[in-house]
Amino acid sequence: MPEYVTVRVKRQDGLDSPSYWETFRIAYQPRMNVTTCLQQIALNPVTLEGRKTTPVAYDAACLEEVCGSCTMNINGSVRQACSTLVEALRKENPNEITLEPMTKYPVMRDLAVDRSRMFRDLKRIKAWIPVDGYYDLGPGPRISPKLQHQLYPYSRCMTCGCCTEACPQYTKDNRFIGAFAISLTVLFNSHPTGAVLKEDRLKELMEPGGISECGQAQNCLRVCPKSVPNVTGIAQGYRQVTAQWFKNLFSR
Amino acid sequence: MAKHRVVVIGGGLAGLSAAMKMAELNIHTDLVSLVPARRSHSVCAQGGINSVNQVTRQLGDSEWNHFDDTVYGGDFLNEQPPARDMCYWAPRIVDLLDRIGVTFNRLPEGDRDARRFGGTLYPRTAFAGATTGQQMLYGLDEQVRRWEVAGLVTRYDFYDFLGPILDDKGNCRGVTVQDLYSMKIRALPADAVMLATGGLGVIFGKSTNSTICTGAATARAYKVGVKYANPEFIQVHPTAIPGTDKHRLMSESARGEGGRVWVPRKKGDTRPPESIPEQERWYFLEEKYPTYGNLVPRDIATREIFWVCREGYSASPVNYAAYLDLTHLSAERIEKLEGILEIYEKFVGTDPRKTPMLIFPAVHYSMGGLWCDYQKDTQTGGLVIGSPRNQVTNIPGLYAIGEGDYQYHGANRLGANSLLSCIFAGLVAAEGMPQWLKHLPGNTDAASLPQTFFDSEARRHQQAYEQLLRASGKVNPFALHMELGTEMTKYCTVVRHNNELQTLIDEIGDMTERYKQVGLPDTGNWTNQTVRFVRELGDMLVLARAIAQGALQRDECRGAHYKPQFALPGPTADDPAELHRQAQEYCKAFRAQTAQWLKTTIAEYTPEGPKVSYKPIDTSLIPPRPRTYGLKGAAIIERVWREMQTKPAVASAE
Ligand code: FES
Repeated sequence: MPEYVTVRVKRQDGLDSPSYWETFRIAYQPRMNVTTCLQQIALNPVTLEGRKTTPVAYDAACLEEVCGSCTMNINGSVRQACSTLVEALRKENPNEITLEPMTKYPVMRDLAVDRSRMFRDLKRIKAWIPVDGYYDLGPGPRISPKLQHQLYPYSRCMTCGCCTEACPQYTKDNRFIGAFAISLTVLFNSHPTGAVLKEDRLKELMEPGGISECGQAQNCLRVCPKSVPNVTGIAQGYRQVTAQWFKNLFSR
Repeated sequence: MAKHRVVVIGGGLAGLSAAMKMAELNIHTDLVSLVPARRSHSVCAQGGINSVNQVTRQLGDSEWNHFDDTVYGGDFLNEQPPARDMCYWAPRIVDLLDRIGVTFNRLPEGDRDARRFGGTLYPRTAFAGATTGQQMLYGLDEQVRRWEVAGLVTRYDFYDFLGPILDDKGNCRGVTVQDLYSMKIRALPADAVMLATGGLGVIFGKSTNSTICTGAATARAYKVGVKYANPEFIQVHPTAIPGTDKHRLMSESARGEGGRVWVPRKKGDTRPPESIPEQERWYFLEEKYPTYGNLVPRDIATREIFWVCREGYSASPVNYAAYLDLTHLSAERIEKLEGILEIYEKFVGTDPRKTPMLIFPAVHYSMGGLWCDYQKDTQTGGLVIGSPRNQVTNIPGLYAIGEGDYQYHGANRLGANSLLSCIFAGLVAAEGMPQWLKHLPGNTDAASLPQTFFDSEARRHQQAYEQLLRASGKVNPFALHMELGTEMTKYCTVVRHNNELQTLIDEIGDMTERYKQVGLPDTGNWTNQTVRFVRELGDMLVLARAIAQGALQRDECRGAHYKPQFALPGPTADDPAELHRQAQEYCKAFRAQTAQWLKTTIAEYTPEGPKVSYKPIDTSLIPPRPRTYGLKGAAIIERVWREMQTKPAVASAE
């Protein structure tokens, strides 16, 4: 068991500030994760060179990989800081751990980025079930276990943004909606009541920044911490969009 | 366009249901949250949501039974009218969630599946895999997004709530908030404010809670005069995975699906669990509680696990732990638990499908919270729905909903009742808004109050913030927090003793003094997460003091609050006559305890520490009775208790 872990953090003081690196040495604890490293830095914010600095800014909430807050690039791969164990990282690189912010979103400070674009994009695809209201109107539609099994994996998407970070087509300044939103479109379109808005959603996917921007790199599937079947989702999205395109053609 | 504005603080289940319902009623909500709603702590709820369903109804279940289980589980400290209506609304709430697209597990014909949870004998709990809270949170968040597009909700994500704004008559007229990126402080005028800010596990250092559950918002309301009710009632969940940064929850659904808790019969047995033969395993919950088995209520399961470990039966040689064993479950049942098994696998590294999990209790939920009112319907015994008194604190216009309120769970919350209470409280508070907005205090809405009034509040908080930024003492705030967490966990969780609680209070006093000497390792004025944490730490100390004080003063055992010194000895004799006599003694002692302690603790803030008083509670629907859960001697206690109720004159003559 190692005594220390060396953590290199790419830091940035504000939105338009230049970035710089700082290195920290942290006492190793069995089963510690990357969030624990950041907590340890906060407890004693002194660099390897012995220079006093500030605690590192980062997002976190649940610490159990379900809220999607703590996405960052760890040793160059995008993942959740809370569920990445130091022990596993040592197998990748025994000497040090590098932490960098996501690159597809504005860096607010250090490892904290502004992912509000993801939530705005949920509006574009009308990611909701258009129910008639919240009075007692009886149960929802019956749903077969088979359909539930299909839908449940999509509903676990925690808008962490890993899929967008790993996607070569999703950039800081384009409008691509990203794998998560396409998968969620499929989720809402497959729900009996949600299907009411199917045409609106598909229309959005046909717009610039929609599904046709996908370059089929399939990174979204590989990096998703919740195993959301993004590739299947995108394929289904394509089928639905194509069907809609024909429908539009003949109903003109 | 809606004329009035309501501010909701907190984007978890309670805050979202309130915002959603108010939008339907054409009331505008400003939704303020530390994190985007989808990242709120509700997302961590795993097991499910309770309601009577078609199947349980045919097994003899009813809303009343759900209510009775809730109150019995809560050791009669629940406010009965709101708890009653929560249970009566439960089937409707689950239907609503179903309609908004929550991916509940299904049976072959397409109906919702349900599982059994602790403290009941009926399979009442609807669930979506083992991530029910996540699915429900998303469903509600999506409805709120719909209203955001329609212009009836404005979100303020990454904003910290600094405090309510009160006018000179003591009415709440808005809130002061801080943008956590730009650090700008501003006032938001409001015609009503709802605090939906959740729990306080972070006060205990490591808990099952998210890092945002510090209780700071509760403290900020408490400090301006909101009463804080039942602070001492803290639920310690029986089964969590101990960790370096937090203790991760291992849902009660693991036991609901058939998981068994055991330790080796032989003390210090270090063999791997798989190689310990069946007869050398001690299934202590099943042995002691044959009726409920592994599904006794949480407070009982926690104490039993704690006790066997303390007696030397720990399953781990290095720390306290028991086995939670799922290895015998069918693939079908295992599949329903995937979400939580993944968590165990990811964080511990062993496969719980093959090796029993090592678990230990951890702080999980606060039954207590901001005191709030209700209006009782004298006919049903429930609430007058639509009354603006429901969920309002002692400050007019300031409401408390969700884990941050106190009414529903008494001294111990039943599993799968929290999602329910959060949504119910949110809906019920929203239902009261039309009436409230029609008759605002002084017939004045917040929009017509002078801007200078709001500006001066913002300025006051600005000054406090700047002062905190300049704090340059020697005390490390992160180390101080760790110390607070350690002490609170040691003295104020599963087992409590008065001398230790007094020590704890002294220590909190000492820590509060040291907090004044805190130094800020970051004095920047942009996205300064440290200053937010240090401010929260000050508030945690305030609440910790109230929790410890409430615990010290309550000299009894009730639900999660357990003081061995005041435990009522249960009947143990083998001789029937002696057993009967012991049961009578027990019942008499129980009656005396009820008379003295069945009341709500009310803490009021003073700079010197909490002022504690007590308030009677409404037990008009279900009279208190001994809470035994089929323990040895339960039958005789229950019989004697019934005799005492039907023949009070005889009983008191004994
Ligand atoms: S903190 Fe929630 S996913 Fe990591």
